[in-house]
Amino acid sequence: MNPILVLLPAAPAGGLIAGTAEAIGAAASIGTPIAVVTGPADALPELAEQAASFGAVRVHTAVVEGPELGAPAADAFEAAARLVQPELVLVPATVEGREAAGRLAARLRAPIAADIVGVTRDEQGVVVRHSVYGGAYDVESAATYGPLIATMRLGSIDDRAEAATPDVQPLEVTASGRRAATIERFEPVTQVSTRPDLRTAKRIVSGGRGLGSKEQFALIEQLADTLGAAVGASRAAVDAGYVDPSAQVGQTGTSVSPDLYLAVGISGAIQHRAGMQTAKTIVAIDRDASAPIFEIADLGVVGDLFTIVPQLTAALEARKG
Amino acid sequence: MKIVVLLKPVPDTYGQRVLDLETGLADRAASETVIDEIGERALEAALRHAEQAGDVEVVVLSMAPADSQSALRKGLAMGAASAVHVADERLAGADYVRTAEVLAAALRKTGFDLVITGDASTDGTGGVMAAMLAELLDAPGITRLESLEITADAVRGTRATDGGSMVVQAALPAVVSVTEALPDPRFPALRGIMNAKKKPVEQLTLDDLPLDEVGAALDETASPRSIMLSVAERPPRSAGTIITDEGDAGERIAAFLAERRLA
Repeated sequence: MNPILVLLPAAPAGGLIAGTAEAIGAAASIGTPIAVVTGPADALPELAEQAASFGAVRVHTAVVEGPELGAPAADAFEAAARLVQPELVLVPATVEGREAAGRLAARLRAPIAADIVGVTRDEQGVVVRHSVYGGAYDVESAATYGPLIATMRLGSIDDRAEAATPDVQPLEVTASGRRAATIERFEPVTQVSTRPDLRTAKRIVSGGRGLGSKEQFALIEQLADTLGAAVGASRAAVDAGYVDPSAQVGQTGTSVSPDLYLAVGISGAIQHRAGMQTAKTIVAIDRDASAPIFEIADLGVVGDLFTIVPQLTAALEARKG
Repeated sequence: MKIVVLLKPVPDTYGQRVLDLETGLADRAASETVIDEIGERALEAALRHAEQAGDVEVVVLSMAPADSQSALRKGLAMGAASAVHVADERLAGADYVRTAEVLAAALRKTGFDLVITGDASTDGTGGVMAAMLAELLDAPGITRLESLEITADAVRGTRATDGGSMVVQAALPAVVSVTEALPDPRFPALRGIMNAKKKPVEQLTLDDLPLDEVGAALDETASPRSIMLSVAERPPRSAGTIITDEGDAGERIAAFLAERRLA
């Protein structure tokens, strides 16, 4: 039945980590998705039910709720891997997901495939796909023998599984007693925005240094809201303080691959392109006709963003009726 | 106190990076090799602490081909006291687990109170190494620190995680990784560059490392490994239509998006 184990550490702010539905969907496309969920005792039943609703045919649960960072969840994931004996372990590549993958790989001495964007099967077993050097290369890799532990880039996989009937089985975990750091407190990001998550958004409007100020960056936010898009930014805009660092797209920010990437006032330095050039459609607005972003844009507009963007936002609003 | 900072020589992201289509390995001759910038930030954090606290030894460590010593020299020029360079032809194409085993064994040999590394490299983008090292060294691990404060027996800071941030602390010895939020690295001064030439660089091969202390075999085929099956260069993206605004560009973009069902 080719069991595929999906590691789901609870998000510190509550709920399952991002990318859960696609990880279970990817698992279902090549085998039988089995999830292991860790988190506080009172949240586990609901988290397990959610995992089942995304298509996990069996959900193992383990209580992890102390102040210790990393090691206790790793104890649970190790127990699940030894029980399930999966062919492949899939983990959404969030912060907690990467932590879980790294720790499990070290314990099992199992190979890691990092930041995968696809998973298939050939006659010899599981094959995973990577998009390397900012999308310049497509690479396939596999394990010499299993299990392979793969972290999955968020927003890279369209597969979704049918909801499964919850079959929840508490896991027996022996505490390893490994030395761990202590969490003193957690502060959730106060998110007032109803905009989509940059990592998984189908449409992204990104602003660069050309916006000139934090106040004027609001033009990007208005356009994004009109399109139902996430807000992105170049490193220059982040460094200038126009926008929060979490919006940064590029080599040192988030790598994105949306249906639409609308770049405004972004020249398109190679490090920015490395994070967005696999977008299906790229539209760029910049006043410099020689900006490298135009080399990869499906539609490039040379002009003043301060007149073009308001006109575009109004035109889109008018089309919505 | 001894702080070991991990530096990774990577192809410069300011240039075109090339994979060898025969071997699937990075074509190191095709682009300039530099220290990954996040490693420089990690080193900056260590050096700042050393300047403040005194009696702190900062060591830089790389596992990299024999000819990539310039990265370590830059670390020495920035102010590290010494360098450790693990170079061995048997490590060409080493995967994550093998790399973690080798670095962990080198850290055991060198000794450390604190290991600081970047949260993810610009070439591999894996972001798993610090967590793996914490496991292999049975040390508390904290990934993705946005700020850090080092004392004689602990490290403390703010960790950027999914949906928020954590204040976390760990007793030393510990392993931490840091993010871009840390202060910019210094430029090596001329005097630093001159001094770097006199600083010791310890050269190690696999045979010098206590691999058994981290449960690793000398023979890498003893464990399963991740291997590359195929590599293909994606055709470069070509430019589409470029127009110059004649007063109606906003309308034209809206029409373009509507036509492609993107609005």
